[in-house]
Amino acid sequence: MPGRRFVIGVPYAWLLIFFFLPFLILLYISFVDMGNEVHPFQPLWDAEQGVLLLKFENYWSIFRTGPDGALFQTLYVESYLRSIVYALITALLCLVIGYPFAYFIARSKPEIRLILLMMLMLPFWTSFMLRVFAWKGILSDFGVLNQFLIWVGVTEEPLRLLYTDFSMLIGMVYVYLPFMVLPLYANLVKMDFRLLEAAYDLGASPFKAFWLITVPLSKPGIIAGMMLVFIPSMGEFVVPSLLGGADNLMIGRVVWDEMFIANNWPRAAALAVLMLVLILVPMMLYFRYGVRDSADGR
Amino acid sequence: MTNWLNKHLGKVWLALVFLFLYAPLAFMILFSFNSTRQHAVFTGFSLRWYEALLADTRIVEGFIVSLQVAFVTGLLAAVLGTFCAFVLVRYQRFWGRTVFSGMATAPMVMPEVIIGLSLLLLMVGAQNVFGGPERGLITIIIGHTLLGMAFAMVVVQSRLQEVDRSIEEAAMDLGARPHQVFFLVTLPNIAPAILAAFLLAFTLSFDDVVITLFLSGPGVSTLPQVIFNFAVRGINPTIYAAATLLILTVTLFVVSYALWVARSTRKRQREMAQALRGV
Repeated sequence: MPGRRFVIGVPYAWLLIFFFLPFLILLYISFVDMGNEVHPFQPLWDAEQGVLLLKFENYWSIFRTGPDGALFQTLYVESYLRSIVYALITALLCLVIGYPFAYFIARSKPEIRLILLMMLMLPFWTSFMLRVFAWKGILSDFGVLNQFLIWVGVTEEPLRLLYTDFSMLIGMVYVYLPFMVLPLYANLVKMDFRLLEAAYDLGASPFKAFWLITVPLSKPGIIAGMMLVFIPSMGEFVVPSLLGGADNLMIGRVVWDEMFIANNWPRAAALAVLMLVLILVPMMLYFRYGVRDSADGR
Repeated sequence: MTNWLNKHLGKVWLALVFLFLYAPLAFMILFSFNSTRQHAVFTGFSLRWYEALLADTRIVEGFIVSLQVAFVTGLLAAVLGTFCAFVLVRYQRFWGRTVFSGMATAPMVMPEVIIGLSLLLLMVGAQNVFGGPERGLITIIIGHTLLGMAFAMVVVQSRLQEVDRSIEEAAMDLGARPHQVFFLVTLPNIAPAILAAFLLAFTLSFDDVVITLFLSGPGVSTLPQVIFNFAVRGINPTIYAAATLLILTVTLFVVSYALWVARSTRKRQREMAQALRGV
């Protein structure tokens, strides 16, 4: 049937050309030598001598220590670790803030629920860039928050808030909070609250009932939310660039610098491939719990 | 105090989180009307940043470029996403189905830096081999569409799963050709989801900065890219003016949509009640 072939063929071809092929090229370039200004990378195959020039140097160089024994090259390893740690802290903070938030929305009256959800989404629909930009103004040395802290009397001198771990985490939590709340809400709103009533009837305290019933039942929502925050946080580029400190490079920024400032395409490719390997496990977890949950949540 | 807190903990928590979510927006709106560059003290009301915004060709041009890119991306992503959804819901068996569904969903969770970098390498390669496309509008649209169609697919897919197949079968029994069934029965059924998919892809594209930074060429900058470049350099209240206009537009749009939904729901309920009473 030609119709069927067309319907499958069009998106298949698009994905092969613009998703699969680029990834193969990325993989290819990560295994070759750096080139010169005209050809940014060397070919994999030397036609004259007929030998394969497969190089693992780009990957080794990520882990090798510097020539003077100093930890120069571990810049890369550090930025990977930093990305994982920051992404994990972001996800946990989002969970701590977002879980009660999603819970209270799910427990409110159905008419109010929709309004609250829309209020959650409204900032989300107004530009991501602008919201990050606003925090820059709020957190700057002479910004609103510092003025407020001085006025309250917490501090006399303006505190250094911008370009610190604090400012970066605020930005990350701010941007990714809806990604935590929505799957949690979708999960919690489906919960059968008679189970809680049954637990109260059997003498459980509210806290115990919550801990033994609500939390285990919302596990798919928690996992989906954690993954939805953790995965994009790992590769986040804008927030660290605008709110993070200059020496707190995260891996997304390192890939960018390697590509456009150091002009080392093969190493940029290798860093990107390794980054993908690192998020493969959380990605698979997400597909296992997240997609299934959101599929029957709709 | 403890008692009060126990009783109202939910409301207090909701209020605090909403305060956190809305503080930056309120901050930008307030300081877009400030008479000086100050962003800690409100020194007086003025529209000078709005004048500066209209005079700033980079922002205005960036806005137009963003609109163009987002519109084409929305269309492409909605069409391709609908194709993908249709394939995944209706064709259970074909060669490479697992690969297909993996490729279709992966851009949702792929770091944008990797999508941007790998597409950039593809475009550089294509330029070496075919002499094009030049980095610019087209390459940005391709990158955004890849991201947008994955989300569009999810939206259409969930609607398509709910469509009652028996209506399509009835149409086929009555002699409709497969394409007639699709255009006359299936498409009207999933049209709201396709519209939602378009809007989602539009918004994602309008908002994206990372993929754009990798794929844009000289002379072509989207609005988020212009703002990013501003933001790297410092703080400029002109951006707050742009933000205020955007926030107002989005709010107006979302609120009127919500009112429309609420009204049509009420209308439908009324009509159903009337029908049940046999009027």
